[in-house]
Amino acid sequence: MFADYSWSELGSIFAMQGFAGLILFSVFVLMALGLAIIFGQMGVINMAHGEFMILGAYVTYLCSNFFSTYLPALFGIYFFVAMILAFFASGALGALVEWGLIRHLYKRPLDTLLATWGLSLILQQAYRSIFGAREVGVSLPSWLLGSWPLTDLIEIPINGLFVMSLTFLIAVGVYFLMFRSRLGMQTRAVVQNRVMAGAVGINTERVDRMTFAIGCGIAGVAGSAFTMIGSTGPTAGQLYIVDTFLIVVFGGAASLLGTIASAFTISQAQSTMEFFLSGSMAKVLTLLTVVGILMLRPEGLFSLKIRR
Amino acid sequence: MTSGNSFLTRQELLGLAVVSLLILVVLPASVDIFRLNLIGKYLTYAFVAIGLVLCWGMGGILSLGQGVFFGLGGYCMAMFLKLEASTPEATKIQSTPGIPDFMDWNQLTELPWFWEPFHSFPFTLVAIVALPSLFAFVIGAAMFKRRVGGVYFAIITQAIAAILTILIIGQQGYTGGVNGITDLRTLLGWDIRTDSAKYVLYFVNAGLLIAVIVAAQAVRKSKLGRLLVALRDKEDRVRFSGYDVANFKIFAFCLAAAFSAIGGAMFTLQVGFMSPSFVGIVPSIEMVIYTAVGGRLSIFGAVYGTLLVNWAKTTFSETFPELWLFGLGALFIAVVLVFPNGLAGLYRSYLQPHVDRLLGVKKPADDDEPASDAVPEAAARAAE
Repeated sequence: MFADYSWSELGSIFAMQGFAGLILFSVFVLMALGLAIIFGQMGVINMAHGEFMILGAYVTYLCSNFFSTYLPALFGIYFFVAMILAFFASGALGALVEWGLIRHLYKRPLDTLLATWGLSLILQQAYRSIFGAREVGVSLPSWLLGSWPLTDLIEIPINGLFVMSLTFLIAVGVYFLMFRSRLGMQTRAVVQNRVMAGAVGINTERVDRMTFAIGCGIAGVAGSAFTMIGSTGPTAGQLYIVDTFLIVVFGGAASLLGTIASAFTISQAQSTMEFFLSGSMAKVLTLLTVVGILMLRPEGLFSLKIRR
Repeated sequence: MTSGNSFLTRQELLGLAVVSLLILVVLPASVDIFRLNLIGKYLTYAFVAIGLVLCWGMGGILSLGQGVFFGLGGYCMAMFLKLEASTPEATKIQSTPGIPDFMDWNQLTELPWFWEPFHSFPFTLVAIVALPSLFAFVIGAAMFKRRVGGVYFAIITQAIAAILTILIIGQQGYTGGVNGITDLRTLLGWDIRTDSAKYVLYFVNAGLLIAVIVAAQAVRKSKLGRLLVALRDKEDRVRFSGYDVANFKIFAFCLAAAFSAIGGAMFTLQVGFMSPSFVGIVPSIEMVIYTAVGGRLSIFGAVYGTLLVNWAKTTFSETFPELWLFGLGALFIAVVLVFPNGLAGLYRSYLQPHVDRLLGVKKPADDDEPASDAVPEAAARAAE
């Protein structure tokens, strides 16, 4: 399959596909980070995670419409406002869901899975009733349009670059939140030993709710970033949910670094193969490899040493 | 425990009689052939639901990929029927006569090697059960031997369902793509599209379902069934007693796969086509809700749950298409939060006392239920 291309062409193909893979990587990381917090730290399977992401995307869409109608002068910076709103909208919904649903099911992970699937169906239909079944896209401010030519054959789109730097900032933010802040410390304490954490005065219920809300909020930001590179429909979240769960499991559920590493591996493999095979075969091969590796090494790439 | 050791207690005999009466006499007598064919289609999902009672309700293994086995069984049957429908005479307008029409559309000039054996009906019948069971064995052996279970197993089976769907849709020339294998006409020369054939197929389906119910009941009452329940609640204790836990789980998973595949094959026969929309993530997880609504431990409940959910789906999506997803979503949440033991739980608390009095049974023999009224995983998690 390589024979038809010259070396310089192959180099450019790998560079361009590598860059496309980096954008996919950014989306995967943003989605998986929220999931890694909720699933990895709390052990809750949130099948509605994709719908929280889509909520962020719709908030961004509404914001973009609002700014272009009422505040055209500030249109260039609407995206930052939208991102903050998306975080709080998804986070608030997350807190509500935790209070109404998840907290009753902490001891029944398989049931949580079914209940959140139900939630995702309800949210999908709600989006369809409110925003219509058609996909919507946002208009980008002018400074995000266009691309930046690196060589004759390689061009780098600016919105992709922006999404990537955003992902980097959010990943760093999550790291500080989980490993350097008081809330992160409390979350990890509750995960390791709930009873003991309660005994030293941590309000475990509040920590659970905050952790779940922050995980959902990050999903909202992911959705917001997602609008930069694709359009949003009511069922767009479901397309990514399997990949995202595989990424988190593949990375080793409790490890944030593992999540990022596995998102990188999967997205690069997929986008490089996409150029040479059809899109569906690239995806099948990638997922099959991941499932195969998980069958041989169920604890994932990066895992804590535990005695089984 | 006294009456629990016999194969069928009086209540279970009554349950079997009621189910048989319902699907063999009452339903065929009361609805027209169109509705009966629809019910026949629903009943093919009940095969999957019964499989899930064994592996999820009793064994605690939640598979979100039962659609894979349903689909494999269905596709095996569909491949045989398609080859029968694609005789050189019937397909002489194609550029390559004698191969299925969708292959011709995709510029294939000869039959792929894995289609060849499906010219033979005995091979097809064996393949319908053997292929999915073998696949389940590979998955189960890989995972249970490494002590992967619970949510990880659920996620990986879901991923497998996703992979298979993408593969079927992507490989249009070999599988018929997103439309699936359509335009199936005859089974060994017998036209399956006529009303009389639909009646016959319905009764064959119903008979197979009752056979599967009895088989599932036999497993449930055997030592194997007791071990499954035991390992769901306290896996380590079963292991320390000297049992190889993985083998029991693999067996339950394979049996559930075989049941699903029979359902899939009957689905193809009754509906007349098979497509990837019965394989993927969404149908697979919907099949779990049938079992959950019926009561995840009840074999008869699984049949009623399947009929009820599908009846609701048809009714609501005909009249209020927008409300149906809200309803289904709410059902998922309600069945988990409010009535985790499903229809069977409602029956047990409200109807069974009266039935027992009529039958003259003094004490209900509930040996599968956990001691508390909490659902199985709760007991299992609490033990960790």
